[in-house]
Amino acid sequence: MRIAADIFTIVAILTGAFFFLAGTVGLLRFPDTLTRLHALTKADNLGLGLVVLGLLPQSSSVFGGLKMILVWLLVLLASATVSQLIARAARRGGPHP
Amino acid sequence: MTSFLLAMTFFVVVMVAVGLFCVLRGASNADRMMAVQLFGTGGIAALLLAGVANGTEGVVEVVLTLSVLAAFAAVAFVKADESGAKDDDRPEQGP
Amino acid sequence: MSIALHLALIALLLALAFWTVVARETFAAVAGFVSYGLLLTLAWVALSAVDVALTEAAIGAGLTGALLIGATSRLRKTEAAARAERPGRATRVLAAIVATAVAAAIAACVLLLPDPGPSLAPEVAQNLASTGVGNPITAVLMSFRAMDTMLEAIVLLFGLIGIWSLASDRYWGGRPGLAPVVEPNGILAYLARVLPPIGLVVGIYILWVGADYPGGKFQGGTVLAAMWLLLLMSGLHDAPAVSQRWVRLALVAGPAVFILVGVLGVFVAGAFLGYPEGLAKPLIIVIEVALLPSLAVTLTLLLMGPPQRSESSP
Repeated sequence: MRIAADIFTIVAILTGAFFFLAGTVGLLRFPDTLTRLHALTKADNLGLGLVVLGLLPQSSSVFGGLKMILVWLLVLLASATVSQLIARAARRGGPHP
Repeated sequence: MTSFLLAMTFFVVVMVAVGLFCVLRGASNADRMMAVQLFGTGGIAALLLAGVANGTEGVVEVVLTLSVLAAFAAVAFVKADESGAKDDDRPEQGP
Repeated sequence: MSIALHLALIALLLALAFWTVVARETFAAVAGFVSYGLLLTLAWVALSAVDVALTEAAIGAGLTGALLIGATSRLRKTEAAARAERPGRATRVLAAIVATAVAAAIAACVLLLPDPGPSLAPEVAQNLASTGVGNPITAVLMSFRAMDTMLEAIVLLFGLIGIWSLASDRYWGGRPGLAPVVEPNGILAYLARVLPPIGLVVGIYILWVGADYPGGKFQGGTVLAAMWLLLLMSGLHDAPAVSQRWVRLALVAGPAVFILVGVLGVFVAGAFLGYPEGLAKPLIIVIEVALLPSLAVTLTLLLMGPPQRSESSP
């Protein structure tokens, strides 16, 4: 049981780290602000989500696990809002590059 | 397991930091804000990983604070940007 | 692995600090500084100083970033002129010498520290039980060195008075910030409706766990202040005129309770800020709960800046 949980952790966190890699590469390689924003949200949503998911079996208490899920939800809310706000600022004619 | 988690912490921190440096050097302010946002999410992930790896209770409280404040800097940026744009029309008045 | 992580953190901290100092554009420097705060949070966690990390997360990555971004937008008009200016060679050489001397002096101080350094930690650990709180940091801040904490709370008020004194005579006692522009269906208004209730719970929770785990009133107060600032920035709520009685009362209530408990200690426990036997924990909780709203209001108004509109104007 312990081994199964550990394997689950390793797979989920590796996948999460991959999405952070993808987000960073996207931020550096995509041609314009809006597509870069698209890359960014992948890291926020999936990267952190998978890392949290992978850490859940390692968490010492149920309450600690719930707090980690709350963190993920709060970051989702923040990133969804921020990407809209930044996109609008960028569309308003590029905020003084 | 501990060394795996620490290795992942290292990987995530170094990666988002490299992204941050590349974007900070030459890009628009919106891009810089995005890089800061990505760095923030990566930092949250790294803190969670390091906290579980070291068995430090209380890191979750730090991360909870960070996640509640995650949108805060970006909102301030957009508001400052808006008031700056308005300010250009009326150069006499301060923001 | 842990050593590699520490080395990476040190290298990144130095690089980011260097970048923040040399960046010519104000906003780029601010972006660097905000990230630096987060990196420092990670470094404190790596050093197992979770209490310090929590403070850094709340103040460094949260409020200071918003404060500096506001300052950037105010500086924009003069930024080009300031960048075109180049100080003379003599000034630059002098600045370099002074900066190097200060850095060398600090480095010498750190390197000359005796090993192991002088520490009161064993005494704190021995007397922790007398305070009734489980977190040694809270015990130091609220009991053994309560005087420092009280002065810290009061110095914030002085800072606020200093900022208010920048207001023009016409707007003295008026409302800080710009008149609110609200987009009732905008995404910002949505966030300002959804997040503050959660933030309120988290802020109070951070205060509450401070007794036994990392947490406390400053960190909790910062979260509450950020939630109020979010409401103000979204335009859903207008900043109060700083001359209003409830604002002034909220500002002084926390420090006043702190001083009152301190004076009470003179009569009951024989020393200013002394806590009578067995009552230490309840009194600490009274002070912390009284300080939380005061700190939240103080920090919010500090970030809003001096009054810029008359009291009645919409």
